Amino acid sequence: MARHRDVRNMDYEDEYDGYDDVYGHSVDEDFCISPSNRQFIYNRENSRESKLDHSDDIQEADEVDELTDTERAQLNSCIDEVTNVLGTEIIPRNELVDVILKHKFNVEKVINSVLEDKKDEKKSGTTTRDKASFFKTPTVVEPAPSTTTKLVSVVKGFNLPQSDTLPAHLPIRNGSGSQSPSSGRGQSPTSGRETPLPGGNESETEPRAGRRETKVDPEAQYKTERGNGKEHLYMVVIGHVDAGKSTLMGRLLCELGQVNKKTMHKYAQESRKLGKQSFMYAWVLDETGEERDRGITMDIGRYLFQTKTKEVTLLDAPGHKDFIPNMISGAAQADVGLLVVDATRGEFETGFDLGGQTREHALLVRSLGVNQLAVVINKLDTVSWSKTRFDEIVQKLKIFLKQAGFKDNDVSFVPCSGLTGQNLVAPPTENELLEWYKGPCLLEVIDKFRTPPRPVAKPLRFSVNDVFKGTGSGMCVDGRVETGLANVGDKILICPSKERATVKSIIVDESSKNVVFAGDQATITLAGIDIQSLSVGNILCDPQNPIPVSSKFEARIVVFNTKVPITKGYPVVLHHQSLVEPAVVSKLVSQLNKNTGEVVKRHPRVVLKNSSAIVEISVSKPIALEEYSSCKELGRIMLRVAGVTIAAGLITKILAVN
Amino acid sequence: MKLIHKDIDKGGQGVVTLIPEEPEDIWHAYNLISEGDSVKSSTIRKVQSESSTGSSTSNRIRTTLTITVENIDFDTQACMLRLKGRNIEENQYVKMGAYHTLDLELNRKFTLRKQEWDSVSVERIELACDPTKSADVAAVIMQEGLAHVCLITPSMTLVRAKIDVNIPRKRKGFSQQHEKGLVKFYEQVMQAIIRHIDFDVVKCVLVASPGFIKDQFHEYMFQMAVKTDNKILIDNKPKFMLVHASSGFKHSLKEVLQDPAVISKISDTKAASEVKTLEQFYTTLQCEPAKAFYGKKHIEKANEAQAIETLLISDKLFKCSEANLRKQYVNIVDSVRESGGNVKIFSSLHVSGEQLEQLTGIAAILRFPMPELEEDSDED
Ligand SMILES: Nc1nc2c(ncn2[C@@H]2O[C@H](COP(=O)(O)OP(=O)(O)O)[C@@H](O)[C@H]2O)c(=O)[nH]1
Ligand SMILES: [Mg+2]
Repeated sequence: MARHRDVRNMDYEDEYDGYDDVYGHSVDEDFCISPSNRQFIYNRENSRESKLDHSDDIQEADEVDELTDTERAQLNSCIDEVTNVLGTEIIPRNELVDVILKHKFNVEKVINSVLEDKKDEKKSGTTTRDKASFFKTPTVVEPAPSTTTKLVSVVKGFNLPQSDTLPAHLPIRNGSGSQSPSSGRGQSPTSGRETPLPGGNESETEPRAGRRETKVDPEAQYKTERGNGKEHLYMVVIGHVDAGKSTLMGRLLCELGQVNKKTMHKYAQESRKLGKQSFMYAWVLDETGEERDRGITMDIGRYLFQTKTKEVTLLDAPGHKDFIPNMISGAAQADVGLLVVDATRGEFETGFDLGGQTREHALLVRSLGVNQLAVVINKLDTVSWSKTRFDEIVQKLKIFLKQAGFKDNDVSFVPCSGLTGQNLVAPPTENELLEWYKGPCLLEVIDKFRTPPRPVAKPLRFSVNDVFKGTGSGMCVDGRVETGLANVGDKILICPSKERATVKSIIVDESSKNVVFAGDQATITLAGIDIQSLSVGNILCDPQNPIPVSSKFEARIVVFNTKVPITKGYPVVLHHQSLVEPAVVSKLVSQLNKNTGEVVKRHPRVVLKNSSAIVEISVSKPIALEEYSSCKELGRIMLRVAGVTIAAGLITKILAVN
Repeated sequence: MKLIHKDIDKGGQGVVTLIPEEPEDIWHAYNLISEGDSVKSSTIRKVQSESSTGSSTSNRIRTTLTITVENIDFDTQACMLRLKGRNIEENQYVKMGAYHTLDLELNRKFTLRKQEWDSVSVERIELACDPTKSADVAAVIMQEGLAHVCLITPSMTLVRAKIDVNIPRKRKGFSQQHEKGLVKFYEQVMQAIIRHIDFDVVKCVLVASPGFIKDQFHEYMFQMAVKTDNKILIDNKPKFMLVHASSGFKHSLKEVLQDPAVISKISDTKAASEVKTLEQFYTTLQCEPAKAFYGKKHIEKANEAQAIETLLISDKLFKCSEANLRKQYVNIVDSVRESGGNVKIFSSLHVSGEQLEQLTGIAAILRFPMPELEEDSDED
């Protein structure tokens, strides 16, 4: 099974070298998923609403394949038409698709039919769906109408309990029943765990719903929704404190006209009054009084701007050591990084060599999955735009970044001055710089970043990094869709608390949406839940495809340049997405060769700095997590001790707690 | 603890009579008493008596009982020690061999008899009765939304209150929820301090956090103290000391206790010296791995070679139910001392002791490097 595969395959180097390739091909290929399970993964909708009857999925596959490209396009436009008229809440998308097919893309007929159906549904009550979907305890299944015959015929040979033969309250693991015999190689880790039983708890309407739903391919939905707009990119700005990150980004936003003149004028005046005029641009991002008073960024500042081909959400990370937890949660949500270094003599050295944050930040973002980096050599105005200084810094950083796992091609360097605005959105005007620099300005560099593919077809995983009360009823959570997608009206499961809630509304960049996809940062309002059941670090997921929950796991870690070695029993602070929890390294499983990933020693006494090992980690309480092989986004961890990041790792095995 | 009487013969057999005077002494008693020992103390027993009319009444009677201990229960939070065992001395109310549960109480003497008083037990008595005790310290370890209010005595770190609340982040134009959440959080921490810290015994209150939380909180608390005219807080303001810590988790106490400013203020508490010793062990492990061993097997090997300079051992190891195992650990302690080594018995109630316990409970810094032993590959 995928999760027990040789850890060597998860070698960091592998990961780094093959990053793009891995992203490039279908995730499924990595895990030997049977065709049926593959369907399962893609059909988030299906899994949400219904039983994953495996035979169903085979059928669905066929049906979906029957659609030609034009039909698909027709279908999508039809869906748009209908939802324009009816809104998205009246009927689940997947059911809608079925209706549309039935009426051969005739919008009018579809609308009428939907409205008819709704009336009926109200009469019969909609409770079945709510009740049926999650609990594993199977209820007796009524002989299903017409569809059942079809169903049974496919299931033949499996001998799956179809109806009341299934004893109630008997949890059956998916692994035994639903796996296709032809797929001997093991099933998807995502589907393998808490998935509901085949043939269990289905109410009459469920199988039909399930089958219909699958016709909305998440990828297709993504294309329809997002195909035309600019690509969205999340960029985190990192670097040693006072490197000029906030100033640089504030100035960039000003130049782009994102900050209106009046506001800027106000900032200029107010900051002058406080004698902090040099921070006037930083104020664009450092919005709170405290941040302004102290002249440092404390929490992630966030801003949206456009480049030629992209829409970029900027995340201004705090550089100060004490606020690195905030930086980690910011960087965990970013696609690419902008590393700002101060070119001033002595300052670069402080930030880079002498215990500064430049190295730690770069290592952190790399370990958090950021693989493209633009390095801004900032404040070059303080060294008269010296080419020698620029080259010197570039040289040092190149070597380091390569060691940190960035590929040469994925790193670019730009000379800038945030304060004077040189080379930000337009080619330089300073003669001293023009003499030797012919490259792109910062905005062009940002525009050249590649947006990573979004794993929309995987089951929903949304990581929560803020919880607050909305203006209306319901609780709001801020966070990022790591994989999959979420529609308004979807039922979701909150892990690790295993509470359920419904998506009431979705807001992305201050505008309301019906659906969010992997990669998006969004505010989701949840109904049916109270604040006690939610906390930062929770994962919202597909109830039919929940994320594993455990307090113990094995990880392959790379130990940084630490002062203190890691032993068994070492207390650490675990960072997993936005989650921060105390944990203990409970066992040293093996010491690995850093380059080849081979086991050098089993049960080492100690793991020293700059080495690599497999360790077991016990968290103070259960958390929601994934193995890296199932989900990169949620398979990464970071270990910190006394405010210093000591190691980064990949979750290789989730362990049961006895 | 007050020592009333001590009578231990050459063979190590004998009795000791003690009076626990403060909660920490109960912890010492817990570490002294093993299963099989006999304990004599005054206790309350429910006694059924039958009147002449035949109706039975039950009375609570104070009497002195001696039991052989079969079961030991220690409640860290309440500092309560419960001993369960059979009565072994004639008593007018309780039959021989009947079960009784003794609760050791403050200011009530108890007499403990052991078949064998080993060096670790004897030392525990000395420690418990040492009159030059270092002062109690309180510590508030906090980060945004999380705080631990702890009491640090020489041998114990007790979490008196844990406050864990969700504070919404600051967001554009909506900072009220954040600020409200923060104020509520500060209020809760302040109440916990008022409720749990006894300023008569606590000589110093450490407020530790990353960033500016500690400063903000400190400011808030004394503003409120003035507003509400809280004399106790205002009078004790000089006892508060702000320190940096990387997080609000309990193990950050280790960082706090290593802060030079803190060390100079609270002088040499056991907690701080344990943190320091453990740190030394880890430094040695980093720089000269062949001079830092842990685990019973490795320590025994190092001990055989008389290589141990400093032995770090958790008091938890002496609490094992197997008398034989305890003896082995006591032997290691004795033999390290004999060969001129230093022995540090860590309290399992301190943060560093917790960590040592996770690290097999026993470790040592060696005088000279020793070849690393091959580990059992099937060891789990
Ligand atoms: N001379 C010069 N000073 C700069 C430049 N960029 C920022 N600074 C100054 O550096 C200080 C720190 O800037 P800030 O943006 O708060 O840094 P951050 O901590 O990285 O966000 C401020 O006083 C800025 O005015 C620059 O390009 N040139
Ligand atoms: Mg800043």
